[in-house]
Amino acid sequence: MRKFREAIIEKAILLNGFACILFVILIFVFLAKDGLTLFRTITIQDFLFGRIWSPLAEPPQFGILPLFLGSLVVTLGAAVISVPLGIACAIFIGEIAPRWMRETLKAGVELLAAIPSIVIGFIGMTMLGPVVKNLFHLPTGLTALTGSIALAFMAIPTMVSIMEDAITSVPRTYKEGSLALGATHWQTIYRVIIPAASSGIVAAIMLGIGRVIGETMAVMMLTGNASVIPKTILAPVRTMTATIAAEMGETVRGSEHYFSLFAIGLVLFGITFLINFLADMARHRKRQ
Amino acid sequence: MNLSPQTKQKIAFTLLGLAAVIVIVPVALILAILIKRGLPAISWQFLTEMPRMGMRAGGIFPAIMGTLCLVFGAIGVALPLGVLTAIYLVEYARKSWWTRMIEIAIVNLAGVPSVVYGLFGLGLFVIFFQFGSSILAGSLTLAIMELPVIITSSKEALMSVPRSFREASLALGVSRWQTIRHVVLPNALPGILTGSILGISRTAGETAPILFTVAAFYLPRLPKSVFDQCMALPYHLYVLSTQVPNVKQALQYGTALVLVGMIFLLNLVAIIIRSRMRSKKQW
Repeated sequence: MRKFREAIIEKAILLNGFACILFVILIFVFLAKDGLTLFRTITIQDFLFGRIWSPLAEPPQFGILPLFLGSLVVTLGAAVISVPLGIACAIFIGEIAPRWMRETLKAGVELLAAIPSIVIGFIGMTMLGPVVKNLFHLPTGLTALTGSIALAFMAIPTMVSIMEDAITSVPRTYKEGSLALGATHWQTIYRVIIPAASSGIVAAIMLGIGRVIGETMAVMMLTGNASVIPKTILAPVRTMTATIAAEMGETVRGSEHYFSLFAIGLVLFGITFLINFLADMARHRKRQ
Repeated sequence: MNLSPQTKQKIAFTLLGLAAVIVIVPVALILAILIKRGLPAISWQFLTEMPRMGMRAGGIFPAIMGTLCLVFGAIGVALPLGVLTAIYLVEYARKSWWTRMIEIAIVNLAGVPSVVYGLFGLGLFVIFFQFGSSILAGSLTLAIMELPVIITSSKEALMSVPRSFREASLALGVSRWQTIRHVVLPNALPGILTGSILGISRTAGETAPILFTVAAFYLPRLPKSVFDQCMALPYHLYVLSTQVPNVKQALQYGTALVLVGMIFLLNLVAIIIRSRMRSKKQW
């Protein structure tokens, strides 16, 4: 009897383990079900490489190239800002800062992670936008750059916490060996510790970037929402995520426009799936 | 220019410190601005009254209640599911391609963009299951979204319970499930709670997943059942700051401050549990 009960419980728990895989599959299926319907009327080439996104025009055009490039510009901008800052901050916290400062900085980074994206977007609109506008003499402060800056700060907590883990998990003996050979602390950091932690750092960067690509509310509020192919980082852009969030409310269920938003979702899902998969591989390799 | 290694180190450390300052100052600035501009708006009426005049006056009570409903609904679903999955991974699973698949699925769930969760919730819960735009659909969407956070932190909590505890119990002839139920779980509980609360606090601020699954633009009453739509704080802030013209800034900042305050309060609870757990731990 007891054995029987144990077996039942074990099976139930095993079933739970299956739930996560089921959810990933379900997400894919429900995006694909509606997203792929679009390609009955529109070719995949026109969708992926079409240069105009104007779903309400007559005839409507569903080219996501401007949206994709919008996401790309904002993401690259955010990466350029957040990667050096993140690495520097993680090294400072993990290696240099005295104990009290380390705790304060970590708490600060955690606070940053706890601020929701909608609040970052709101503060960015009221505070950062005007600064960007006046600094570059632009007609509007809501540009790709504004979005990049805000997103960089949303990616930094993810990056710093994983990088710091990677840096502190480098065996002490490596560091001691290097210091014993007469290297300075800084030489030890960039010749020994960073190379030893490199796969964790790479994973951190990828996860941070994954977060930036998927970020929705802050970009929607900060990048100006112009679905044209951006020429500079100071132009308003519109990202894939913002397009879904902004237009889903206006669509008719079962229309081409509705399906096209699911198709964008499918593209986003594919991109983030790939990034996260690779990042996990990088982290996994470290452990072996 | 040939600098000595010591000088180089000084320069490098200064730059690294500067980077840390650049990261931290905006955090302090954001909080300072929120408090300075939001605090004057907050009053008992603001917290307990319905919004009036197309949200340009009155309070944010339904948005606060809506967010609470969503948060507790989500945690009610995600907590059992997440903890059981973690138990499976830590206590039962062997290293196999199957376990690896589950781990990859968790990592990917964590990486799916929030707006894609919104689409998924719309497709599965709102339309396929015909829940309509409702608290139920929104909570379930948020639950799946916070699952990876809960699994990851529960896993860590379970793994931090020493092996010897399990071995001692098994050696006494206690079965595996009983060992988990009476020995492992009680010891891992504070850690599980901490992680879950952090998960909840993230959920409270999410906007994109609730856009198409539950959020009501303007609904000055409380929801009656789980099949009702509701207002929610993050969406309310979005509406106030982009959709409604001529809203007093104090209202916007007040809403933002209440949202952030709620999240920090939850975080504080998590931190208190964590520190109490650390002081109690005897191994």
